[in-house]
Amino acid sequence: MDADSLLLSLELASGSGQGLSPDRRASLLTSLLLVKRDYRYSRVLFWGRILGLVADYYIAQGLDEDQLAPRKTLYSLNCMEWSLLPPATEEMITQTSVVKGRFMGDPSHEYEYTELQKMNEGDKVYEEEIVIRIKEETRLVSIIDQIDKAVAIIPRGALFKSPFGPTHVNRTFEGLTLSEAKKLSSYFHFREPIELKNKTLLEKADLDPSLDFMDSLEHDIPKGSWSIQMERGNALVVLRSLLWPGLTFYHAPGTKNCGYIYVGTGEKNMDLPFML
Amino acid sequence: MEDSTALEQEEENQESGEEGRPWDDRTAASAQDPLPGLSESPESERGPDPGPQPGSSPPRSPPVGDLAGPGAPPPPPPPEPSSPPPALAGPHLAAPGQSDQTSSGIPEAGTPRPEHLQQQSSDKGASTPHQTCPSKGNAFQQFQQTPGHLCEPRGANGDTSKQGPRASIFREEDSESKHQLDGAEPELPSEPEAAPSMLEMAVQSAKAYLLKTSSASGLNLYDHLSNMLTRILDERPENAVDIIENISQDVKMAHFSKKLDTLQNENEMLPTYEIAEKQKALFLQGNLEGADQELEDEMHSYSQAEPSLPNVMESAFYFEQAGVGLGSDEIYRIFLALKQLTDTHPIQRCRFWGKILGREMNYIVAEVEFHEGEDEEVEEEDVTEEKDNGESEGEEDDEEELPRSLYKAPQPIPREESRTGANKYVYFVCNEPGRPWVKLPSVTPAQIVAARKIKKFFTGRLDSPIISYPPFPGNESNYLRAQIARISAGTHVSPLGFYQFGEEEGEEEEEVESGRDNFEENPDFEGIQVVDLVESLSNWVHHVQHILPQGRCNWFNPIQKREEEEEDDDEEKEEKEESDYIEQEVGPPLLTPISEDLEIQDTPPWTTRLSSNLIPQYAIAVLRSNLWLGAYAFCNGKKFENLYIGWGHKYSPDSYAPPVPPPVSQEYPSGPDITESDDPSVEEEKAFREAQEAAALAAEENEESEEDEDDYD
Repeated sequence: MDADSLLLSLELASGSGQGLSPDRRASLLTSLLLVKRDYRYSRVLFWGRILGLVADYYIAQGLDEDQLAPRKTLYSLNCMEWSLLPPATEEMITQTSVVKGRFMGDPSHEYEYTELQKMNEGDKVYEEEIVIRIKEETRLVSIIDQIDKAVAIIPRGALFKSPFGPTHVNRTFEGLTLSEAKKLSSYFHFREPIELKNKTLLEKADLDPSLDFMDSLEHDIPKGSWSIQMERGNALVVLRSLLWPGLTFYHAPGTKNCGYIYVGTGEKNMDLPFML
Repeated sequence: MEDSTALEQEEENQESGEEGRPWDDRTAASAQDPLPGLSESPESERGPDPGPQPGSSPPRSPPVGDLAGPGAPPPPPPPEPSSPPPALAGPHLAAPGQSDQTSSGIPEAGTPRPEHLQQQSSDKGASTPHQTCPSKGNAFQQFQQTPGHLCEPRGANGDTSKQGPRASIFREEDSESKHQLDGAEPELPSEPEAAPSMLEMAVQSAKAYLLKTSSASGLNLYDHLSNMLTRILDERPENAVDIIENISQDVKMAHFSKKLDTLQNENEMLPTYEIAEKQKALFLQGNLEGADQELEDEMHSYSQAEPSLPNVMESAFYFEQAGVGLGSDEIYRIFLALKQLTDTHPIQRCRFWGKILGREMNYIVAEVEFHEGEDEEVEEEDVTEEKDNGESEGEEDDEEELPRSLYKAPQPIPREESRTGANKYVYFVCNEPGRPWVKLPSVTPAQIVAARKIKKFFTGRLDSPIISYPPFPGNESNYLRAQIARISAGTHVSPLGFYQFGEEEGEEEEEVESGRDNFEENPDFEGIQVVDLVESLSNWVHHVQHILPQGRCNWFNPIQKREEEEEDDDEEKEEKEESDYIEQEVGPPLLTPISEDLEIQDTPPWTTRLSSNLIPQYAIAVLRSNLWLGAYAFCNGKKFENLYIGWGHKYSPDSYAPPVPPPVSQEYPSGPDITESDDPSVEEEKAFREAQEAAALAAEENEESEEDEDDYD
């Protein structure tokens, strides 16, 4: 959610039950402003909160002009002091995929993971147990990245792509209409498209290249991993991800207010197929 | 625009602008017809999109050459203009190509140039246009092509395909412009009399500025103004000057909106209004009058000393300090809905239990305790012993014919009575405050046992079936009730000392089996320091009975009942041996501190926090369950409350694995007569026969010897 409209956004996203306490809210308003100035971002998003056992991580992201460029992620434990996180790499993600369980809340905490590795020594091949230490910070980075790639969404029309390449915020976006808001196809993944090139030519012909340049939610697997609900009659549409429980996307149709926030434990719901 | 020479033409153009005439207006007299009159050049790409294309295409230097070729058979150039317009720079080249809609707006700009261009001969080689291009190349570069606006023959570029169909109408314009382009190119280098005066330079630079494209959106002001003016002239609104900003915004937005049907949904706003009406009714319910007065009095008489409605707003305030909550207006509506519930039902105590999220709709849950005797339980769903009797009697007749199944289904464990154990409270749910409250049925042990084995999302509709393995006995309302029971049993905690056991009779003789299940508030509770509450988990206790693996809170011994049942039976059943003694299930007794809770694979089951580290003296203690994600409890020393907001599932670090089906039962006892064995081989038969004969011989000898003996006697 945009740091500029933090209070309103928190109010709209409050249906999921998890929000922020007043002191956190107040500190966020102040500190995000400073972050924006210090790091010279054009937009700062409050990404959400990862609940740890000892402490919670508050995550913010900063964007430059190009909305689809890789975002810078910052975390804080007290909503005041923010530290930049390194960008996620492939190996980080594979490395941390073995870690299970909750986050501790201490960024320097190390997870120990014992792995059997084949070691070659001369002619002998034997297996040795290696204890791999993974820092919680690394895990944090990769989880945030995974969540962003999987479930960060944006309504259709909120961004448009200029032919030079960069993606801009569409200032004339007035929100989705009610009929559009209830369809999964009006929402896109807020990331570089993966499935787009697999579309048939017929489908591509209907696309508007300036607006439809991201994957829509329609073809997400498993089907049904999004729950669309209208709250307050039809005045608010809330999408909740069932794959990463805790991610809430809200949008008031007919207005510009939209955004998403993740408040959860940072674990994927691998049982989703059983639960549908 | 400022150019006096071109002024006349501009005016002409402007007047007739709306009809989208060709911009060659010196032929205005002659060729005022609209576009269709002109011939077409095959290559126009001027079909500008009226709608959706945001203006951005890469700058291209005009390969006018393409135009020139096919443009060759355009209509003969109209008579030369009288005035020699100055050598116009690129911008004007661009101008003619602008949108169809804006042809009215454009002509004024375009006019000077066509005139100029047409002065020259119209025969250009394909190459010449190119030569002139570089000079204008720069000028062109800076101008973004608005889609279809430039008539430049960017044949190769993608827009062509789109503009093709629309191009037909505007081709004549194109041809004109191309023609003019053709005219322009070769002419510019020569520039016979086109010495730009100061005024003209100013015009050009002003226009160049207007045509500059925005780096953010790819539009340029010139086009936007033209679009706007076209629209205004088309629609002719009242007091256009007052709404000019809105018109401007609408025109911009028109870029991004898809052309939809003109059919619109009428009922899109209806659900909003409906729910608003319902919630308005909530707000107005306090104003009951007349006939309802008596009802109110009755209700009042019930709730004499203790208010039946809790102070939901106060609890919400504390939970908000902890970062948990639904938003204050939502909570207020829930508050009102609870009040409505207490007004319509004879409720002794009620509490906002929490919210369970579902896929299509959510549930707001209220925990309610009815007055004594006001319980509205009616149905009995027990599978009773009589039924078993009936079945077994029926089978008796068939005993001789069919093999009787020895399988005896385990006796269903009866559910607990209301107001005890897992059914201590009654739960009401609604989807949204304002909608009617629905009472959930009581929970049976079988449902709890099954609910432990499955993990399903709630859909939000109480009657939807639960399709799972093991099959859940019931539909979503039962599953919901079972989960609520489990969550309550697992996460409802209170500070130590808040509740105490009743000092009444029966305390001495409590047996392990029954367990205490009565507690009451401790009037002498003095509160615990918040800091203590946060530091030590032993200051919190469970005040809801633990649910045994059997599914009940109070142990029920199925063996006893079965023996009784068998005595009653006519049917003679084999008595089970006493070795079927079932171990009694024991759970932690009531009011156990939560420090005794089991860990979940190294994670502690509870997380405690102070609500605020910055102002600790007014902070409250917040407890968060790690087992049931979404269960919270707070205490500020004296007051406490529990809440659950979440999906309604237990947390497990490992993935859920559905239970395996039970092993295949034995169909029949195996015995020698039905056991298969190989046929004996020849040798075996032989050996067997010999052995038999030997035995027979021996027997005969024995007999003979016996007879001999007898004889001897």
